[in-house]
Amino acid sequence: MSVEKTTPGNIDEKLSTIKYKPDEKSHLSVINQDKCKDCNKACTFFCPARVYEWDESQQTLIIKYENCLECGACRIGCINQNINWEYPNGGFGVIFKNS
Amino acid sequence: MNNSTDIIIIGAGPSGTAAAMILAQAGKRVVLIERGDFSGCKNMFGGAIYTTPTKEIYPEFWNTAPVERGIIRHSYALLGELDGTTISYDKQSSGETYEAYSVTRAKWDRWCAQQAEEAGAVLVKETLVKEILKDGNRIIGVKTDTGEEFFSKIVIIADGVNSILAKQLGFRKDIKPEHVALSIKEVLSIQKEAIEERFNLSDKTGCTYTIIGGPMSGITGMGFLYTGTNTVSIGVGVSLDDLQKNFLKPYDILNELKKHPILSPLLKGATLKEYSAHLIPEGGFKTIPKLYGNGVMITGDAAMLVNNVHWEGTNLAMFSGKYAAETAIEALEKNDFSENTLALYEKKLKNSFILKDMKTYEDVVPTIEKNAEAFLGYYPQKVNEFMDMFTTVDGIEKKTKYTGFISSVFKEKTLPSLIKDGIKLVKLAAGVFVK
Repeated sequence: MSVEKTTPGNIDEKLSTIKYKPDEKSHLSVINQDKCKDCNKACTFFCPARVYEWDESQQTLIIKYENCLECGACRIGCINQNINWEYPNGGFGVIFKNS
Repeated sequence: MNNSTDIIIIGAGPSGTAAAMILAQAGKRVVLIERGDFSGCKNMFGGAIYTTPTKEIYPEFWNTAPVERGIIRHSYALLGELDGTTISYDKQSSGETYEAYSVTRAKWDRWCAQQAEEAGAVLVKETLVKEILKDGNRIIGVKTDTGEEFFSKIVIIADGVNSILAKQLGFRKDIKPEHVALSIKEVLSIQKEAIEERFNLSDKTGCTYTIIGGPMSGITGMGFLYTGTNTVSIGVGVSLDDLQKNFLKPYDILNELKKHPILSPLLKGATLKEYSAHLIPEGGFKTIPKLYGNGVMITGDAAMLVNNVHWEGTNLAMFSGKYAAETAIEALEKNDFSENTLALYEKKLKNSFILKDMKTYEDVVPTIEKNAEAFLGYYPQKVNEFMDMFTTVDGIEKKTKYTGFISSVFKEKTLPSLIKDGIKLVKLAAGVFVK
């Protein structure tokens, strides 16, 4: 069978192949939620783990930090420099085993 | 004091582990701090390691290191929408070793850390360094996420592309989106025999692809493929600037690439073993931070030491780690850890392939980035159109076809823009060869 049928195209399914040890506390946070309202929200596109999602009804940026691959793209790519980005504490976060 | 040592190294990737091993071999007391569960668990690359530079640090590594396939072929694929032109260079091994080996970072980095430990370095895992400790303008140690403080005569910062610590020291400014590429890859499980049959390989040999165009047509991005023992790694690296400005999802690009008719048959029936992502420093020579200060040196990706034109990063990391270690050994012997003594580190980098190559290529990535539409979109597409015309047998006089092809170029591009692109290419080539 063709590769697009045997491998998931959906990001959540891709992420399910990764081992994580999530901390209880998020290592990512938005500095000023108001700034996100007028932003183009490019982070919801370029983040390779789809950590960021815009909640239209609540007008807030949801951060699914448990999915984070710790690449740092959002730290650099946020046009408002509005993400407080830290590494998870030692031992926590993503554990790549085969990459 | 048991929390004091000669050297503290932050980050047990290729750079930190090489530095730690060399220092420990010289009898120095080294503490290597890694935030992950094990070395390599936060890392990802294409990837392959190159034998000639690697064996200078790890002699005969191929006998014990977790290498997968010996690379005998480099292919360059220029993809159109549905077609493609591939150029391959094959070179079978003439001796015991191969020019490069496919590896995974989870296994390779872990092995490198073991070599450092066996040499006598102390590896402290699951520990994040939050702060560099200073006494005046002198670096004296580190503070970890548990609040513990460790002191040393020299700190080597090898904490990777995001290097928050280099930023904290004021050695570099914020990284800009155009100075990094976001790379994602999928490690696909495919039966060993199927890999060998599809890629025309023996049971020990492997190959790599550099991929231009296809779903990355016109943006600053390239694809890559590496064969492992029973896996194929396929991924893309796209300028963060382009992803951000064009609202692109990196995994959509990779999904499209996997579907491309040139690649899809090679991946038939594959299952996804692991998905991963990492940033690649792309800024080149001009974005290298201050490399040393009183009691501190910065190595590897943290120092932006990557040669993007040749997909080289790991060997620059290992060698910068080696030079930092050699510098530290001299400093320890002189008992002088000042900026003046550690300047030797930069001198070693300047005299080596690392800064020489980076200087050679300093304009290549920015030029390509500025002209991605032409160099990574239009011209690769024209190569495929030419090949299509050249290989089609249809009863039309050849001369008419050639004239048609040439006039299509002039229709699509104005003469001044063609000349401009030509000049850019000549300038790039001249920059590379004449420098």
